[in-house]
Amino acid sequence: MSATKNTITWTKKDLLGLEYLSKEEIELILDHAKSFKEVLLRPLRKVPTLRGKTVANLFYEPSTRTRISFELAAKRLSADVINIVKESSSIQKGETLIDTGRNLEALKIDIIVVRHGSSGAPAALSRAVDISVVNAGDGWHEHPTQALLDIFTLREKLGKINGLKISIIGDIAHSRVARSNIWGFTKLGAKVTVCAPKKLIPKGIEKLGVKITSDVDDAIKDADAINVLRMQFERDEKAAFPSKIQYFKNFGITEERLKRAKKDIVVMHPGPINRGVEMSAEVADGSKSVILKQVTNGIAVRMAVLYLVAHHKRNI
Amino acid sequence: MALKKKAIILDKDGIDRAIKRISHEILENNKGIKGLVIVGIRSRGEYLAYRIAESIKKISGKKVPVGILDITLYRDDLTEIAEQPILKESNIDYNITGKKIVLVDDVLFTGRTIRCAMDQLIDFGRPSVIQLAVLIDRGHRELPIRADYVGKNVPTSLNEVIEVKLKEVDKIDEVDICEKPKK
Repeated sequence: MSATKNTITWTKKDLLGLEYLSKEEIELILDHAKSFKEVLLRPLRKVPTLRGKTVANLFYEPSTRTRISFELAAKRLSADVINIVKESSSIQKGETLIDTGRNLEALKIDIIVVRHGSSGAPAALSRAVDISVVNAGDGWHEHPTQALLDIFTLREKLGKINGLKISIIGDIAHSRVARSNIWGFTKLGAKVTVCAPKKLIPKGIEKLGVKITSDVDDAIKDADAINVLRMQFERDEKAAFPSKIQYFKNFGITEERLKRAKKDIVVMHPGPINRGVEMSAEVADGSKSVILKQVTNGIAVRMAVLYLVAHHKRNI
Repeated sequence: MALKKKAIILDKDGIDRAIKRISHEILENNKGIKGLVIVGIRSRGEYLAYRIAESIKKISGKKVPVGILDITLYRDDLTEIAEQPILKESNIDYNITGKKIVLVDDVLFTGRTIRCAMDQLIDFGRPSVIQLAVLIDRGHRELPIRADYVGKNVPTSLNEVIEVKLKEVDKIDEVDICEKPKK
């Protein structure tokens, strides 16, 4: 039995990124998420664990599923939730964020969940306040809970991560999801390949221990799973790709392409999907896709994260 | 923290006899197994629940459903305890409305664990009755809770610890009374 598996204790006040976590800490979150998933199956999908605690969702960038997922996770744990949503254009990095954080602390908030356009903003906030900070996506840096739910979903599906071949396909340059995925999957022993048009592969990414290709068929060929990222045309100033049609032709995941892959390849996508751009509708809705499972698992993973940071044991 | 073993309270035969007697009492009290669900509290209560169900099957020839509760998320002392508890899933048929629940745990002490378990059960549904079976009652209740079925009553001091070892996890069936080292 796994009863004695988690011998480590969670000591971190915050969750800022998977780069800063050990393999054991990542596994601790995943194991807890498994238990929280059971809570989601109960007739009364709520436990009293965080009763009396308050979670603030502080979102400087638009987000639907991440914010709703965090809100549901907090509510399933009986925490109170407030949502603070600002237009990214009206906000400046720096003191404003710190001041907001200090005010939330003065309002006796326990956990701030922050989404920000600037890489490192959650870390700066975390240094300024004593309350817990959870990174819900910062710039092109990290989106740790998305990667955790990707890892959780794949581990649930295939039973393990160690030794798997995983290809991350799409806009690597602008993707915090890609970065967190690379940290998480490599720490758990998977072999990661990134695949993107040449202009969308950031310099130095190979230092993270990944294989690089711009040939999508090559990326699919031996993969146990592919994580297909959204093509962020709104961020693509360099015009790496002239059109969505062209992107789909060269990089889109289709049933035809998957015929040359492993028979039981797992297809993931963090959403929102652009059907007919990153992948065809048939693939998105097909039997290999675990996209909606990822959404459900996202709540369980975020419950685990909120639970652990709320009950962290300080390193003395 | 090294514990000093003072005495063996129950050996394997003692545990077996206690399980058998509790099983008979459960059957007698509930006039059979109709509507009965045995619910063990992780972790030692889980194994005792399966043993009681097995024993009831031997006596009555009928199978009783068993459920497992993990009460971690219902604890009232999560922020105070030194060790982070290991969280595991509960594994129970949630449809417990109208059922006769027998909660099973290894040691009844302050009663707080049982309070958590009852809160959790009542979130799942409305059982017609909740009864409590424990292998050891060591006293020192902090809540108005008592057991319906007790393997053995053991008066203890607060400086003592009851260690229940079950072969499913500890390779041996034995209950010890131990002393905490003096500070």
